[in-house]
Amino acid sequence: MSLFDWFAARRKDQFVGKVIQETDESDGLWGKCPECGQVVYRKDLLTNANVCNNCGHHNRINCEERIKLLVDEGSFKPLNKNLSPLDPLGFKDRRAYADRLRESQASTGMKDGVMTGLCQVEDISLALAVMDFRFMGGSMGSVVGEKITRLVEKATSEKLPLLIICASGGARMQEGMLSLMQMAKISGALERHREANHLYMPLLTHPTTGGVTASFAMLGDLILAEPKALIGFAGRRVIEQTLREKLPENFQTAEYLLEHGFVDKIIPRTQLRKTLGTLLTLHGYQKGK
Amino acid sequence: MARRYLLEFEKPLVELEKQIEQIRELARDSEVDVSQQLLQLETLAARRRDEIFRALTPAEKIQVARHPQRPSTLDFIQMFCEDWIELHGDRSCSDDSALVGGIARIDDKAVMLIGQQKGRDTKENVARNFGMAKPGGYRKALRLMNHADRFNLPIICFIDTPGAYAGLLAEEQGQGEAIAVNLREMFRLKVPIIATVIGEGGSGGALGIGVADKLLMFEHSVYTVASPEACASILWRDAGKAPEAASALKITGTDLLSLGIVDEVIKEPSGGNNWAPLQAGEALKQALLKYLMELSALPVQTLRDKRYEKFRRIGSFLEPSTQEGQLIS
Repeated sequence: MSLFDWFAARRKDQFVGKVIQETDESDGLWGKCPECGQVVYRKDLLTNANVCNNCGHHNRINCEERIKLLVDEGSFKPLNKNLSPLDPLGFKDRRAYADRLRESQASTGMKDGVMTGLCQVEDISLALAVMDFRFMGGSMGSVVGEKITRLVEKATSEKLPLLIICASGGARMQEGMLSLMQMAKISGALERHREANHLYMPLLTHPTTGGVTASFAMLGDLILAEPKALIGFAGRRVIEQTLREKLPENFQTAEYLLEHGFVDKIIPRTQLRKTLGTLLTLHGYQKGK
Repeated sequence: MARRYLLEFEKPLVELEKQIEQIRELARDSEVDVSQQLLQLETLAARRRDEIFRALTPAEKIQVARHPQRPSTLDFIQMFCEDWIELHGDRSCSDDSALVGGIARIDDKAVMLIGQQKGRDTKENVARNFGMAKPGGYRKALRLMNHADRFNLPIICFIDTPGAYAGLLAEEQGQGEAIAVNLREMFRLKVPIIATVIGEGGSGGALGIGVADKLLMFEHSVYTVASPEACASILWRDAGKAPEAASALKITGTDLLSLGIVDEVIKEPSGGNNWAPLQAGEALKQALLKYLMELSALPVQTLRDKRYEKFRRIGSFLEPSTQEGQLIS
């Protein structure tokens, strides 16, 4: 065993330990809502799509849970599952990018921060991408960009409507300019999808910021959002620093964007599937196709 | 002549400059022939300058890219365009002076010119918002690009911004949406688009006018996914690590050429564009003319397909079915 391997193994051990600790906590029957402080029965929370029964707070959920909640049972067919990230710049800050990747891969079981595939929602065919904030803050690097682009192209060629569930801190700095260019790449694919008159709807969940906001999150024919989700281009702290003034309480929330005309509809998670079905049929997409 | 603003690493040149100046003064007051000495010193100074600028680190290149006397969008337009007419307004309540645009001729060819505009001094910079455009700026740019599309004018963009403006009003007016729409719509345009990073290309704010058929970059320009300062404070938790971040992020023309993002790096005069602006202008003009000719010869559909393909290829990932990493050429 080389010294490097020894360190890697040691790190892995520590990591597993942490996960167990976390499962221990969530295995408890009761939990506390981080928003209203209400003590909730965990099973109730789960049956309610992880939305607090008392205050309606939307707890963060991972992309597998999201897919399970949204699509018709067993209908999700993943695409490009094995696309995995490289470290093109050999990037290293306080830690190496390669290590951060390995760690995120181990804790999420995903290769990178997005799942894409074809599915049915309320019996209507749909191309679906779901970003996962757990994977390096949902940041967009080459793999996220490529998988979403391929999905959009697939949706265009198969004449399918498209839903992208966004959750991202923005472009992934560790892949440098390659990440920034994914914004353009996806936008280009969306242009073709739009040109062919197919429906594209992003669903903005907490949080959707930076380069994702400045590209596909804001390019929907209809833009949907989850209640209270943080949505913005620049970070709140950056803005406070430039302005030196207090920002409105609801600044950069889904409700704030709705008020300013950048979101069509805020949809509680528990009603998403049904609303989506209605929207799709209203646009002429038919059941069983 | 206005005093040259010297960067930290240019300081070794100061001593030489002083000597040259002294000898010049001496020559003016007396009849002594010093031309031989002057020539020697000037050659030496030029050689030192060359050496310094060839060995610039990414962090030093950022300083050159942000140099207050580096030629700006309007400088270049003045240098090589005729009949320049600036156009104003986004047609929904604003005219952003941080992002300028208008029509003019380059060698008899009518074109649309668009670019971020920084100021030379504090007063001008405040008026230009340091080249940080607001949503209205990006919407003005799109309006002008659509206009160019209708009248078959090739579009030439100059990128020179620390980033899109981050502020309360910018968020309220949809900074993200404004940039996003530009990214999508630039793929739709039927006219050639050439963008050049003339100074600093700051993230999404640069890309907002940067979806081009050809992306050029000056030798000491930089193009970043996030400013090294921001990157350092997020990833290193220490803004002082900005020079390290600048190296790690791969932001220079040479880096971006090898990543397949930039098409050509334009050589700068010794000492950077601010030492010989006219020479820089001529080099840029020649590059633009070359690509204008090349792109104008393409049928519209080919032009648009190639633009799509250019961005479609960018990315680096592993596809296990082939067991080969795909790194863009």
